[in-house]
Parts: sequence; C-alpha cells; structure tokens
Amino acid sequence: MLNGAQIVLECLRREKVECIFGYPGGVTLPLYDAMYDSPIRHVLVRHEQNACFAAEGWARATGRVGVCCATSGPGATNLVTGLVDAMMDSIPVVAITGQVPTRLIGSDAFQEADTFGITRSCTKHNFLVKTLADLPQAIHEAFHIAATGRPGPVLVDIPKDVFQARGRYAPVSSIHLPGYKVVTEGHAGQIRRAAQMIWEAKRPLVYAGGGIIAAGASEELRAFVEQVDAPAVCTLMALGALPGSHPNFVSMPGMHGSYAANMSMSEADLLIALGTRFDDRVTGKLSGFAPHAKVIHVDIDPAEIGKNRAADLPIVGDAKRVLRKLNQALADSAELKPLNEAARAAWRERVGEWKRRHPLEPEFSSEEIKPQHLISEMDRISGGEAIVASDVGQHQMWAAQLMRFNHPRLWINSGGLGSMGFGLPAAIGAQMARPDALVFALLGDGGFQMSIPELATIANERLPVKIIVMNNGHLGMVRQWQALFYHNRLSQVTLEGFPDPEKLAGAYGLPGRMVEAPGELRRALRECVEEPGPYLLNVRVSPFENVYPMVPAGAAITEMVLAPPQPVEAT
Amino acid sequence: MLQLISLLMENKPGALMRVTGLLTARGYNIESLSVARTLDPELSRMSIVVEVEPPQRAQLIKQMNKLINVLQAVDLTEAAAVRRELALVRVRVSRENRTVILKEAEIFGARPVDSSLDGFALEVTGDPEKIDEFIAVMGAYGEIEVTRSGLVAVSLEAKKPRLSPPVLKEEGIAQNA
Ligand SMILES: Cc1ncc(C[n+]2csc(CCOP(=O)(O)OP(=O)(O)O)c2C)c(N)n1
Ligand SMILES: [Mg+2]
Repeated sequence: MLNGAQIVLECLRREKVECIFGYPGGVTLPLYDAMYDSPIRHVLVRHEQNACFAAEGWARATGRVGVCCATSGPGATNLVTGLVDAMMDSIPVVAITGQVPTRLIGSDAFQEADTFGITRSCTKHNFLVKTLADLPQAIHEAFHIAATGRPGPVLVDIPKDVFQARGRYAPVSSIHLPGYKVVTEGHAGQIRRAAQMIWEAKRPLVYAGGGIIAAGASEELRAFVEQVDAPAVCTLMALGALPGSHPNFVSMPGMHGSYAANMSMSEADLLIALGTRFDDRVTGKLSGFAPHAKVIHVDIDPAEIGKNRAADLPIVGDAKRVLRKLNQALADSAELKPLNEAARAAWRERVGEWKRRHPLEPEFSSEEIKPQHLISEMDRISGGEAIVASDVGQHQMWAAQLMRFNHPRLWINSGGLGSMGFGLPAAIGAQMARPDALVFALLGDGGFQMSIPELATIANERLPVKIIVMNNGHLGMVRQWQALFYHNRLSQVTLEGFPDPEKLAGAYGLPGRMVEAPGELRRALRECVEEPGPYLLNVRVSPFENVYPMVPAGAAITEMVLAPPQPVEAT
Repeated sequence: MLQLISLLMENKPGALMRVTGLLTARGYNIESLSVARTLDPELSRMSIVVEVEPPQRAQLIKQMNKLINVLQAVDLTEAAAVRRELALVRVRVSRENRTVILKEAEIFGARPVDSSLDGFALEVTGDPEKIDEFIAVMGAYGEIEVTRSGLVAVSLEAKKPRLSPPVLKEEGIAQNA
C-alpha cells in the first residue's frame, strides 16, 4: 500500500523525472514527506514563479518535461506567470499543486484558491484530482499532453486528502484521450505540392520558428536549407535551429531583426514557414508583411495555420516528420531544380548584399563598455556553444542579434510572454539539466532585481551559473521607447540603488565583482568563466544605448530605423 | 455575425468552462448556449450561438477542436441543420381573453402547460424567429414572463467525430525520453 503522495512520486519516476523545482506548504506536506525517501531530486527555489521558470529552463535545455510543484492558494497563484510563459512558448511543463482537502473545497478554506479555474487559460490542460483512483491516470495524462503535439504546460491540482489516502498503485497501461487530436504525419500530396512550389520559386525564404526546436528537427532543417540552397531566417524562438555560423543563416527577423532578414521577408516570393506562428513582433503590420510571397505553412497546431496570415499551402504535422518527407520529395523532383536556379542564385546574391551592407555589428568605445561590446565578448568565449538563459529587455535583443548559437537549446529566453525575472531561474533549470555545460544567465539590472533571491538557490545547489548583469542603470527597453516615442520624457525607468555586486554576491557566499572599463572586460569575463562555481559579474554599460534596427510598433517591417537620428541623451 | 457551433464533448467537470473561457478570452459575447448529455452519458452535446467577426469563424472552430475535452466542434451556421428553440411563456390575462389566448397559441403550435385564474404557462418550440413572434403576440395581451432555452441544433449530415485511439503509456513516455 502507498499513499497518494507516494503514488505521485511513483508516477514521476515512471515518467523518468529526475528533478522537481518546488516550494512546500501546508497541503503539500504529505508530498514533501514522501520526497524525503525519494531518489528524485528536489530543488528548493525561493519563489514559486521561479520553480516554474526553472522547470521551463530544464525543459528548454533538454526537450523533456520540466516539473514544478507548489502548495495551494498563494503557492499556486505564484505559478501563474510561469505557466503563461510556458504556454506562450509551447514548453512542456507539468505543475503539481496541492489543494485544500476535498471536503473543504469551495468553503474559502485557509489557503484555498480556485487553482483549476485560475489556470484554465494558462495551461494546455489541467486536472483537479478528486479521488485516489483517478490520480495515476491524471499524472500520466498530464505528461502525455505536455510532451506531445504542440507542447505546453499542464497542471495537476491534488487535494491534501488525496495525497494522504492509501491504496495500491496500479500501473497505467494506456492513455485514452479521444478528443486529443494530434496530427504528426504531414499530408503526402501537400508535401509533394510543396516540393513543386519550392522548385518553382525564384526567391524562396525559409522562415523557421520554435517548432523546429520543439520537434528536434534541426538536422532536417539544415538538410532542407542546403538542398534548396535558400536563405533562412530563424525567429527569436528558433535561434540555434540552424547553426549561427551557417552560410544560409540570415539572423532574426522582426521588430529588432536584421535589415537583411526583414528585407528578405519582404522581397521573397515564397515563404516556407516551419513551426512558426507569424507573431506580431515578427510580422509588424500584417497588411505590409511579405506582400509578394506565397506561403507554405507547416505547423503541428492546425489553429496556427491561417490565424494571422493565410497559407497558400497548409501542412499540418510535426516539423521533423514533414521535413524528412519534404526533403525526400525535393530529391524525387530534383529534375525541377535547374528551372529557376539562376533566379535563386541572384536572390541569394541579393540577400548576401543586404547582409554585407547592413550587418549586425557590435559597437565599441574606449570610454565605456557598450552593451554590444559585452555581448560580443560573451560570444567570443562561448564560440556558439554556451547556453545563454536571458532575461527580457534590451540585453535580450542584443544577445539575439549578436550571439551565435551553433546548436538548438542553447538560447533560452522568454519569447512570447516576455517575462522579466525569467533569466536567472531558467539558468538554474538549464544548469541542473546540463551540469557540465557553460551556462550564462544574461540579465538586465531590472530583471536581475526581480530574481535576486535565487542567488541562494544557486549557492545551495552549487550551480556554476555565470551571472552577467548588463547594468545600464535603466529599465532600458522601456527607456528606449520613451526616448523614441515619448519625447524622451523618462518616466520611472531609472534604476537607482543597485546593490554593490561584490557585497551582494558575498552575502550569498559567491564571488562577484563590477567591471566598467572597456579594457578590462575581456579579462573579467574570462575570470568569471574560469571560476569553477557560480559568479556574479556586474557590467556597467553605457546608459543610453538603443537597440537598432527597430521597427516601430504598428509599422511594416521594411520601415526599419537603422540607427539613431542623432546621439540620444537624457535631459 | 451570429455563428452557430455544435460541440460534442466529454461530460466532465470543467469542460464547459474551457469552452466558455475560450470565448471570453477573445471578448466574444455568447448569445445562447445549451448543453445536455447525449445517449452516451459520458458525452454532452452543446449548441452555442456567438457573435463573431466572420473571418474568425474558422479560427474559433479550430480552437475549440484543440480542447482536449472536445471530441468534435462543427460550424452549423450555414450547414443543413434543424434549429429549434423552446420557450416557456407565462402570460397574465383577464377572464374575457382566456379563449382568445388559447386560440392564438394554437396558431403557433404552443401548448398550455399550466393554467391558473391569472393566466397560463405556455410552451412553444420553433425557430428563433417564430419564438420572437409568439412572444410579441403574447405580450400584446398582458404582462408576460419568458424563459428561452437557447438554440439547439442537429446537423442533417452525419459527420462522425474522428476520435483518437488509446496510446500505450510506453509510447507516451518514449516521447518524453
Ligand atoms: C514582469 C515584467 N514587467 C514589466 C515588463 C516591461 N518591460 C519590458 S523590458 C523592461 C525593462 C527591463 O529592464 P532591464 O531588466 O534593466 O533590462 P534592459 O532593457 O535595461 O536591458 C520592462 C520593464 C516586462 N517585460 N515584464
Ligand atoms: Mg537595464
């Protein structure tokens, strides 16, 4: 006989869960008691939001389901931001929350919240388990739903008496969700037609999104790009899907995308959209987006096809399987390749010219460390191989522009939700999953201050995370919008009182320092990376730098502002 | 425009909330909604009438089909389907009008289901326009109180839901490994 809490852990063991990120409380006491004897590792974070972000970091670094756990009421409500984040970026997470005992549900009991109702819209699916008999099925279904199809977060809410009830664990042999429709194999006829459209195109562009990473389709993407020899843009969620050093790679498109990426989108006659959802930050004004292009749209979620942009050729399926078949179909129809090869060669030349004329280049100064300078130094050390868990803001955009990622699952960031406070806990999750990898947490001084308590988790778990704070003394991204669109009336964006990094890190028993001289940056960064354990490096960068190119909100993506009209100074 | 959606869904706690939540998250107003179990007590059939921008119709059906508790969502707005609504109308009438009211009700195929000295309770079914008319006519005779069921619809073309077969748990786990 086991109790419900032990059954939960048995289910997790069978799902091959290695690590749970969580925070205990009254109604999860039975679960934490069972954990006392469990081989599954539990990482005690300092806030439940960070448990979910860390589980996401784990999932984003591995492709496997990340698990987080919180108590009822405030514990569960603290998970909400993380769940929405995982939902927006299609990250597989299972959240286990405690609930007040079944007989008290609905009575406004102590620490009762309607977790099932609150998280309905923040999850791919959720469960409220009311009897022990339903428990194993619910947990296994949760993992199945989180990991398959378009991945996403699933929450299982478990009342305390269900944790305490005793029963036998009957292994769950099958999962039957008759209404859970996942189409993985693309339609063969559509794939053949796609091959034909591709060979007929004169200016094809591959537009790859996070679905490539979710599907583990990087190899297939690379083979595809090389077979067609088309330029390829990777969205913020897809950086690393194609190696950053690949000659066909054209950087990120969209609001802070490169000139070449946005021009290619606008001039292409065929967009091959793979696992991507035509997000507004990519397309800018939809009516002006890729006006000359036909669209082949491959996605595992049929609701994404035609949502923002009509598809001329829709293919519902898993990106990996579809690309395999598409590569075959292209090989089978290779006699069509020469048809427009000359036009495609000219197109490649044109895209190359855009890349040469308007490269994304770091800026340097001898007086101060430019933010781009910091990123370029990080890139040097990383060589396209390090994990970078980024927070949200200017630093995120500069990293997305300037860092190379030669593999998928190295670039970890909050794309769809853009939640500040994501970077540090996500780095914890990633480092737990990949203990030997070099993991940078790249943070703004704003976002870092939302997650400082996690320094304790890093110290406790001895995680060698390299925390790089790009300290511009501002909520930089908001300041940039105020500077450009609100007459530089800087309102509530100055961050005064940033703590002394050496003392701050020291208080947690970690090494830390500040660097502000451009000439010292390289050495400071090397020391940070060479330190065997965690390290906090606070990098003072120029306070008024803006991210360019920039497409103003609501404009077409060709209406890029490439550089500041004049040096922007605060008054 | 008004879109008519028919849903076949699992009869589970929270299933209704998922459907309505999807609509409220998009700021849509539900005109009417009716739901009850089917022959198979594990399933429910829901008919929804909702105000949507025409280009969003297909998207809404896709989003509903994504819900794990929904086995099938179909757009019946322009489909061959029978649409009916039921209304219970309580009408207060003076003595001298009693027979007139009953005659009038008969024209609409409405039946008295309760009678008292103050008046009648009448039951009428039909398409919404007929119900509207009936209510208007009854209102002319005196004070009325109305409860409408909302539209229920049945498609005339049998469209079998495509259900997913059970998957062995090992497969599920393999995806995770
Ligand atoms: C939780 C949350 N609150 C507010 C915002 C709005 N926001 C976006 S970027 C940004 C500034 C971030 O400042 P900082 O962390 O210092 O990064 P920087 O832009 O300076 O690199 C803010 C406030 C957000 N994205 N997330
Ligand atoms: Mg800042």
